[in-house]
Amino acid sequence: MALDRWIALVILLICLAYGYAAYFTMDDLLPPIMRRSPIWPSSFPKVLVVGAILMALSIIFGLEKAPQKDKATDINLAKLHEYKVGQALLLLALMVAYALLLRPLGFLASTFLFLTVGSFILGERRYVLMAIVGAIAAGVVWYLVDIVLGIFLSPFPGFLNAVANGG
Amino acid sequence: MLEGLMTGLATAFTFTNILMVIGGCLIGTFIGMLPGLGPMSIIAIMIPVAITIGDPSAALILLAGVYYGAVFGGSTSSILINAPGVASTVATSFDGYPLARSGQAGKALTVAAISSFAGGTIGAVLLMVFAPALASVALLFHSSEYFALMVVGLSAIAAFAGTGQVSKALLMTFLGLIMATVGEGVLFNSPRFTMGIMDLQSGFGFITLAMAMFALPEAIYLVLDPNRSKTGDGDSGKISNLRIDRSEAKKIAPVIGRQSIQGFFIGVLPGAGATIASFLGYAVERNIAPKEEQDRFGKGEIKGIAAPESANNAACTGSFVPLLTLGIPGSGTTAILLGALIALNVSPGPRLMIDEPQIFWAVIISMYLGNLVLLILNLPLIPYIAKVLAVPRNFLIPFILFFTLMGAYIGQNNATELLILVGFGVCATILRFADYPLAPLLIGFILGPLLENNFSRAMQLYDGMSFIWQRPMTLGLLLIAVLLVVLPSYRQRRARARAEGVADGD
Repeated sequence: MALDRWIALVILLICLAYGYAAYFTMDDLLPPIMRRSPIWPSSFPKVLVVGAILMALSIIFGLEKAPQKDKATDINLAKLHEYKVGQALLLLALMVAYALLLRPLGFLASTFLFLTVGSFILGERRYVLMAIVGAIAAGVVWYLVDIVLGIFLSPFPGFLNAVANGG
Repeated sequence: MLEGLMTGLATAFTFTNILMVIGGCLIGTFIGMLPGLGPMSIIAIMIPVAITIGDPSAALILLAGVYYGAVFGGSTSSILINAPGVASTVATSFDGYPLARSGQAGKALTVAAISSFAGGTIGAVLLMVFAPALASVALLFHSSEYFALMVVGLSAIAAFAGTGQVSKALLMTFLGLIMATVGEGVLFNSPRFTMGIMDLQSGFGFITLAMAMFALPEAIYLVLDPNRSKTGDGDSGKISNLRIDRSEAKKIAPVIGRQSIQGFFIGVLPGAGATIASFLGYAVERNIAPKEEQDRFGKGEIKGIAAPESANNAACTGSFVPLLTLGIPGSGTTAILLGALIALNVSPGPRLMIDEPQIFWAVIISMYLGNLVLLILNLPLIPYIAKVLAVPRNFLIPFILFFTLMGAYIGQNNATELLILVGFGVCATILRFADYPLAPLLIGFILGPLLENNFSRAMQLYDGMSFIWQRPMTLGLLLIAVLLVVLPSYRQRRARARAEGVADGD
């Protein structure tokens, strides 16, 4: 089965769970006074989920004729191994690490690390240049966002902020 | 209208707002040139900035400037390195790149800039004429017609998704609408479908979703396939002689006139937008050109640059018509703008022109200004701005990823949002692998609360579904929506607009 039909199947399962909640469990929590209203919190979801399930089924059973694949420029899944999958996964992991480290390490350090490690994953080996670019970019972006725009971005590791704020 | 214009002039011609236009255009051009960041991603990154500004007119002027700048930047990279940053400038590369290869990059850029300027300006004039008229009609609409109108918009977007793609696009629309029901709505005081997770209490963040749907998959594609992020080969990098002569100007003038008007009306249609306008404009001009010129199309004919450039800019302006008058976005980009407006506590729709005319007119004036800025400021600066294309991929991609993360983080200061971004980004990439269009999902997500609101109000007024058959206009609109989806002839109308390094949508 092609990827698009597998995806439709997954979406169908999500919709079934959503629809079950909308049709069977959600209304139990409704206060009696709301029951008199013609519209319930579950009304709109009930309509949506029917449409979504119909569309998912139409894709799973291939009711609509699929177009000819003629896009040489798009990613060809059959040749996935020829692409840089490893790099992509590492960069995604790096993004997750960035999300987790942003608070504990502070903006400056984690951004510097993100940019340098990111270049490293992509194969860059000019370490001095990487360090300079990363440091300048982290500093400039922090300055623009925090000082110029006034959107707070905690620059230093959490414990330093605690020290700076007097404990 | 004159009164409105004066209001607009007074609002737009303040120091801050002129700065916004110039800044927005420059930022847009700069980032729009990079592969992997289309107008949607750039606008999404800029939204926290716009919200910080606080003044809705200034914010919208900034975002609109970014939008034109990005489209302009996209055409620059199409011409110089045959790598359109935006789907709507793919057609520009057909003739722009051959011209640049033959050492006439300067001329190609000038033709593109003049055509964009004319397309944008003519579009703005038409917007000024048509939007108030449409808004006064829209004032007669009730919530049931609004509901129906949004259904028409959503089905038109799905119908334009292309042959064999309609059910996928519809499924994505439904998924977007379903995602919009998660969290605490305006209508009901209880949270829905949060599964007890506190972070879902306020629903999904729309900027996070926008970044996850567009910026992140494009960046992942760039990583996967190094050929997508090719930068200049040095050959066409030299930009000299930005002049065009009188005979050339005479040649492209009628093309610009025709395509600006055609592009504008295509842009007004929901789901069509700048990409279709530019391809159609190119095709039409090639077909009606004299035989000897026809053969030169694709080999460096300036008409082949003028047509898509004037059409896509006019269409960008045209797509503001449904946004500003009906509050219904017809494209991914205007959907993001709608999200930004809602975040700024402005509700676009027919009342906008009555309640807050200064916003509407300031946007129109800023369109003229923005086009002027692009022509007289950006064009001479292009040789310098184009240097950004020489940034090596190893440095560029971490920056694109970083800006994507920042877009979702700034303003929300919530690291969980970043994890959601990465999670959805991976899902969106898989969806793109399987050819699912992502713009309908985002548009559905943004329209979701509005759609439910109007649906609920109509249900309450008519105490049930009877509004569908009791109001002829509602019924008519809903029938149109059904026709749009089932009429297969519509499917063939969309030229497939995919090429290397192209960001989704327009």
